[in-house]
Amino acid sequence: MHPLIQDLISRGPVITDGACGTELQARGLGMGEFPDTWNLTHPERVGEVAQAYVAAGSQIILTNTFGSNRIRLGEQAAADRLAEINARGVEISLKAAAGRARVFGSIGPTGKLLLNGDITEDELRAAFAEQARLLAQAHAEGLVLETMSDLEEAKLAVSAARETGLPVVASMVFDSGKEKDRTMMGNTPEQVTRALTEAGADVIGANCGQGIAGFVAICQRLRAATDRPIWIKPNAGLPTMVDGRAKYTTTPDEFASYLPALLKAGANFIGGCCGTRPDFIAAIRRALRSSKTE
Amino acid sequence: MADLKKLYDSVVSGDAKTTQAITRQALAEGVDPLKLVNEHMVPAMDEVGRRFEANEYFVPELLISARAMKAALELIRPLLTARGDQPVGRVAIGTVKGDLHDIGKNLVASLLEGGGFEVIDLGVNVSPEKFIETVNAKQANIIAMSALLTTTMPSMKTTIDALKQAGVREKVIVLIGGAPITQKYADEIGADGYSENAVGAVALAKKAVAAA
Repeated sequence: MHPLIQDLISRGPVITDGACGTELQARGLGMGEFPDTWNLTHPERVGEVAQAYVAAGSQIILTNTFGSNRIRLGEQAAADRLAEINARGVEISLKAAAGRARVFGSIGPTGKLLLNGDITEDELRAAFAEQARLLAQAHAEGLVLETMSDLEEAKLAVSAARETGLPVVASMVFDSGKEKDRTMMGNTPEQVTRALTEAGADVIGANCGQGIAGFVAICQRLRAATDRPIWIKPNAGLPTMVDGRAKYTTTPDEFASYLPALLKAGANFIGGCCGTRPDFIAAIRRALRSSKTE
Repeated sequence: MADLKKLYDSVVSGDAKTTQAITRQALAEGVDPLKLVNEHMVPAMDEVGRRFEANEYFVPELLISARAMKAALELIRPLLTARGDQPVGRVAIGTVKGDLHDIGKNLVASLLEGGGFEVIDLGVNVSPEKFIETVNAKQANIIAMSALLTTTMPSMKTTIDALKQAGVREKVIVLIGGAPITQKYADEIGADGYSENAVGAVALAKKAVAAA
């Protein structure tokens, strides 16, 4: 096991952070506006979100760099600012953490489908390797490949990210199939876990795609299929569109009420995805404390 | 004799090589190309769609079957064109202006091709003018628009308005889709149809063409 991961989980479950994009929207980011460029244009507001999570009890916070790979940024005509956006993203988070939380670099999918011929394996690998290197150079302490829908893309990302020597978390979305226990491409938690373990991920996880209730069974199945620690970041329910804005319905306390079940199911890292906010993290921290004193 | 039951099976299982081989053999034996499509391959794609709706198939199976169908259509389409048969429809597809997401659009494009449509893929960030130009220059009779963002959805209405202004709205069927889109929105902006997934989009396009 990577020494940093070993160290983090040796003292019990680790609290990660909640959503970033929805928090930036609350601070003026327009719907559809690209969040990552705010690292350059509104660093103080990005820093505020990071600080709010640290204050709420996050032990790991993620950088605002989810879409900052060459392919996504190229679409945003910001490819020339790739290095700067990634470097500033890490810098903002490190400053906010101020030694009280670990900063892991967020790497999202490219938005292209290998199987449909949208992109080649080499292009994917190069894009992930480049972003991973930029985050590592800026002193991120780990890398999180998150919200992956395609196992093949995730495997390429893991092998590219491992070249930095940083601990690598690989987290997939389970939102398809009758039981919502398959990825978009139809893979089961067992298939995903085995493949990502083999690819060398240090931590394996699930995030996004559905509310927290569905994550308990998925977490159990991830746990049973690998010896690696498990990373869980559910949404605050599924959004409903109200006046063109996504509204999430789960409350922080409802969210935190699932903590015991998730811990029992084997989760080592717990945080939230879309719609979760600093008060969700605070509720998780309270629930964790009370579970320890019981 | 070409085994046409096997043609159906090979499309359902996404075996492009076998699909193409049987098609080649059947055509050499003088089987009517349209019969191959309508009686064997289209029902096979319908079965693929049914399995997707029933959560038995996922995106990879859809794409592989569409690819098998396309492999056969490569042999069949020139014959149909030569005798003056038109494709089911000619679709100009694109992600609307301001929006750069294309997984959903690409998936729909692949399945429409598999469904026998001629597809003109205009890519992402497609302006209303580009759609109009394609209708005029390439005689597209369907416009399929995609948007992933609530902020770019209004480009669909802008495009429909531009089609009206250019006097070509009546010539085309306008279909829309994407994560934030609803039937209600389609009705509001005067689109001809909406589908919540790629399989439904093909069925919708077929229905719209039949009704036109």
